[in-house]
Amino acid sequence: MEMLTPGSGLLFWQFVVFIGLFLLLAKTAWKPILASLKERETSIQAALDSAEKAKIEMAALKSDNEKVFKEAREERDKILREAREAGSRLHDQAQTDAKKNADKIIEDAKAIINTEKQAALRDVRAQVAQFSLEIAEKLMKKNLSDDKAQQSLVEGFIKDLKLN
Amino acid sequence: MRSTIKTVYPYPKKPFALTKSAFFALLIFVLTGAIQSGFAQATEVPKEEEAETHSAKEPNVNEVIFEHVMDSHIWHFFDGHYGTLHLPIIAYSPNRGLEMFSSSNLYNEHHETVAYNGYSLMKNKLLLDGKPVLDLSITKNVMMLFINASLILMVMTSVARAYKRNAGKAPKGIQSFIEPIVLFVKDEIVKPNIGAKYEKYLPYLLTLFFFVLFGNLLGLLPGAANLTGNIAVTVTLAVFTFLITNFSGNKNYWMHILWTPGVPLPIRFIILPVELIGIITKPFALTIRLFAAITAGHIVLLSLLGMTFIYHSWFVGIGSSIVVIFISLIELLVAGIQAYVFTLFTSLYIGMAVEEHGHDH
Repeated sequence: MEMLTPGSGLLFWQFVVFIGLFLLLAKTAWKPILASLKERETSIQAALDSAEKAKIEMAALKSDNEKVFKEAREERDKILREAREAGSRLHDQAQTDAKKNADKIIEDAKAIINTEKQAALRDVRAQVAQFSLEIAEKLMKKNLSDDKAQQSLVEGFIKDLKLN
Repeated sequence: MRSTIKTVYPYPKKPFALTKSAFFALLIFVLTGAIQSGFAQATEVPKEEEAETHSAKEPNVNEVIFEHVMDSHIWHFFDGHYGTLHLPIIAYSPNRGLEMFSSSNLYNEHHETVAYNGYSLMKNKLLLDGKPVLDLSITKNVMMLFINASLILMVMTSVARAYKRNAGKAPKGIQSFIEPIVLFVKDEIVKPNIGAKYEKYLPYLLTLFFFVLFGNLLGLLPGAANLTGNIAVTVTLAVFTFLITNFSGNKNYWMHILWTPGVPLPIRFIILPVELIGIITKPFALTIRLFAAITAGHIVLLSLLGMTFIYHSWFVGIGSSIVVIFISLIELLVAGIQAYVFTLFTSLYIGMAVEEHGHDH
């Protein structure tokens, strides 16, 4: 039973010492210790968070890179395709142009030839008329030298006229 | 089928019980061995020697145990002139005021109590003119209390300094030993049981935990006093917990005690006294648990060691020493467990008092 009755002195000292210990520890030990622990906790958390963020950013960067790469490839393909198209278009254009020119030249040549031909024909016709006149003159000069021949000729003309 | 297996083989489900029972078997073996050899000793020893042995040794063990477990005005380390530390006596009485003198005045050279200046000791109780007096002496346990408090203060301030010195660096030295314990108390005991407002109570609970832990561990040292196994110490700690719990009790807490929600009226008249008694039983349980666990441990250890001196046999000495080694290891475990349990229950009680949301009954 003696063991179960608390001694007054120890009660008093325990009360005083424990309160003193609590106040001293709270100020000199727990405050800095808990503050440091909290600080470390937050810094670790911040480090973890930033690592996670960096990971996400890296992934984003990677996908961005891939996107840029893909776009560049597409751009290249597009440029190539366009160049090829432009080339073929130019080629076609040149061909048609050349054909057109050639046709025009041929056309022109044909027209010139035609006019030349007409001119030549006109010339030939004039000359033939000239020659015919000259021949006719010569013939007439020779044939109409006698009156008889002139007579028959005129009669011939008149005959024709009558017929008309 | 399943139930038969269960009934037939209960042991594989509890491997712990097996080791425990093996341990008790060893204990019983040593105890029976001790008793048998004790009887053998008793029959072998001649009559006159036996009488001397019994008068000189046997009652001594009981005295030694209780001298160790109880508080005292002297601190006895070993026999002889220099083996005893005489502690100061401080007494207060209305007619004589505060008086202070050495306890060596109350003992003669044979370590028997004598009267001095009207003061005398009766079973470790200080009497003035035969009547009890307010005794504020620096007793053995008060001395131990000072040692415990200074040690905690020294360790913790050095740890706090280490935090300032190694700011932003990994802990080292004693800091890395204390830090996991602080984190354990903070994250495993206080935070889950108190909840959002835990930071306000953390300094008290940390002080409490380390006070009990250091007290328990220091008490296991040879020659040390049984500080945390003294009811005055445990009751003071429990009173602090009681005061903090009830002063931080919010509306929900008091509502729960005085007018338990969702209970029919007639039952309220039964519940109300139960809840009111519950306010007191909580700190009472804290007081008794720590006191009993630590004191019982000390008594068991000393009784086992004392058997050697009762039976003065080599066989018993070796046997009980082996058991004492194991019990000491268990006591180390108990020292930690009791500190944990005291802090855990205090956190639980505070947690119940500050809990915000109402219960759904």
